[in-house]
Amino acid sequence: MTSRLLSRLAALAALGFALAGCGGSGSKNEIVIGEYGSLTGNDATFGQSTKNGVELAYQELVANKQGKIGGLPVRIVSEDDQGKAEEAATVVQKLLNQDRVVTVIGEVASSRSLAAAPACQAAQVPMISPSSTNPKVTLVGDYIFRMCFIDPFQGTVMAKFAAQNLKLKKVAILKDVKSDYSVGLTQFFTESFTALGGSVITEQAFSAGDQDFRAQLTAIKAKHPDAIYIPGYYTEVGLIARQARELGLTCPLLGGDGWESDQLIQIGGDALNGAYYSNHFAVDNPDPRLQEFLGRYKAKYGNEPDAIGGLAYDAANVLFQALQKLSETDPETFAGFSSAKAGTDARKAAEKKLRDLIATTTGYPGVTGTITLDENRNAAKPAMVIAIKGGKKVYDSTINP
Amino acid sequence: MSEFLQQLVNGVTWGSVYALIALGYTMVYGILRLINFAHGDVYMLGAFFAYFASRALGAATDPNPGKALLVLVISMLAAGAVGIVIERFAYKPVRKSSRLSALITAIGVSLLLENGGILVFGSDPKFFPQIITARNIPLGLGVTISNQQIIILVVSLALMFALRFIVLQTRVGKAMRAVSYNPTAAALMGISVDRIVTFTFMLGSMLAAAAGVLVALQNPKIEPLMGIMPGLKAFVAAVLGGIGNIPGAVLGGLVMGIAEVMVVGYVSPTYRDAIAFVLLIVILLVRPAGILGKATAEKV
Repeated sequence: MTSRLLSRLAALAALGFALAGCGGSGSKNEIVIGEYGSLTGNDATFGQSTKNGVELAYQELVANKQGKIGGLPVRIVSEDDQGKAEEAATVVQKLLNQDRVVTVIGEVASSRSLAAAPACQAAQVPMISPSSTNPKVTLVGDYIFRMCFIDPFQGTVMAKFAAQNLKLKKVAILKDVKSDYSVGLTQFFTESFTALGGSVITEQAFSAGDQDFRAQLTAIKAKHPDAIYIPGYYTEVGLIARQARELGLTCPLLGGDGWESDQLIQIGGDALNGAYYSNHFAVDNPDPRLQEFLGRYKAKYGNEPDAIGGLAYDAANVLFQALQKLSETDPETFAGFSSAKAGTDARKAAEKKLRDLIATTTGYPGVTGTITLDENRNAAKPAMVIAIKGGKKVYDSTINP
Repeated sequence: MSEFLQQLVNGVTWGSVYALIALGYTMVYGILRLINFAHGDVYMLGAFFAYFASRALGAATDPNPGKALLVLVISMLAAGAVGIVIERFAYKPVRKSSRLSALITAIGVSLLLENGGILVFGSDPKFFPQIITARNIPLGLGVTISNQQIIILVVSLALMFALRFIVLQTRVGKAMRAVSYNPTAAALMGISVDRIVTFTFMLGSMLAAAAGVLVALQNPKIEPLMGIMPGLKAFVAAVLGGIGNIPGAVLGGLVMGIAEVMVVGYVSPTYRDAIAFVLLIVILLVRPAGILGKATAEKV
């Protein structure tokens, strides 16, 4: 009996030490910003590009202002969620409770942003998703933002492009049933496409991680579609494209920004020629702001950035700008961001002011277009349609909201 | 009609992969009464060995059948060596213990290979190079088959017959059957039981590696956890056909592959993984010994 009591006491004591350890870690005077994404896993380039984009923005902050905002040094903490929604929720909890971050930047995949957003909302810490397009993400609460357009628009873009530019009538859809992004995009595409006089002749499904899509593609082939819309992520899209060609399906493939990765063509190869997808930017857009960013990104990482990296870069800069503004207009409140103030009322007041500042972002000249946040904290930006020709991504057209 | 035939072709090629993995399961079980749960992970290792071999040989930039065959052989040999190591260090020490210890050891080896794979290869998927250029071959009635699918079928069938030949026609096969029947008596007759068991593991691992290479050829995404689901399903296929029975494993694999593709094509893709286990439950209720298995009375 006594030994049991003793061991319980010991456990309690250990817990106490652990908690004390947590509280003590943030005593340095700095601004900590959290970033999370899928650095490994099925869609690893999403997380890697996001991290690169944020790092590039941070590097410029170091070059221009010695890495300081309002006199406080900025530090970025990156976490890997392995491409799993449950991990995303865990790493964001860690960022919030252990690193006591001021803001969270992250996730590309809407399912993972949706898993993490409630924790940020509850802690009243702003979360900026650079590139999650599902409308539900920012509806979690008023502390959740995004730097990109949303799927009701993106679905319309491809529907318009298919109906008006490509003059297609019958489209088949192959969606990922486990992904909020894919299911949402399917719905919005179908609504717009049928409104424009086209018809969706069959809707087939798969689950992320599947290897073999021949059964679904065979069912699609039997319906003789004019095109197949695949709102998925690049790994599956590449495999689907190859298997579709193997089964003798020659119609064009259409998709969304989940295709945006330099690995897409590596996986899909020639099978992707003649495909189109909607995206946030086109690397061959002559816009000087974009070209300058591409040059710097290439100089640092050695490869061409994708739109995911561009959006992350914009997200970090929008945040830096808001912090800068707060430090200039209200230095007293701004002091609440110092890591020494984590968990205090001063921090809460500062977070509230920061939230208001991010929410009023207007006309920010980003590399992915001009960013103005609407009342639902979404950015309204034009979408580009990218064509894949001869193994290269080529700008095709711009569709405005 | 052409849709159905196409689905049938898809199902048979997918099923022949299950059959190949199931063969290794069934053979090890037949000889040792051990469910080698690490089998699916050896399949994963086979794909990775082939990935590195084809890069080292430059088979990706200059695809030709000779190099592809070499890649297959290298991968099978490497996986065979891994099989020997696993048997020596994991299964041999517990061979005399209860069957449950061996089973738990197998699960441990499986987890070790999966997480070791993540550590060594990284958890993000790799893309297997096209060591044989894909080409479509129309079969008429709108049905097509790719040359890679044909290769999968032919290699699977060839390996199945090779295995049958080894087990039924050779001296070592005779020894394997003897060990399976009664290890003690076999040892008394001068058969080195250790050697036969090692050989069995090596053979099983080689079959798994061959399946890994063939699948990677057709579905080029390979990652350290790719062996879990196919391993599990191939196990179901082995049970379905009658575990311990070589033609049964092939039949079970084909039934599984076809059932899976038909469910995805005509019912719903969300039931893709469920169908395997529905089949398992049905067969255990209706014919517990499997389609081709013989019911044996348990000695008490």
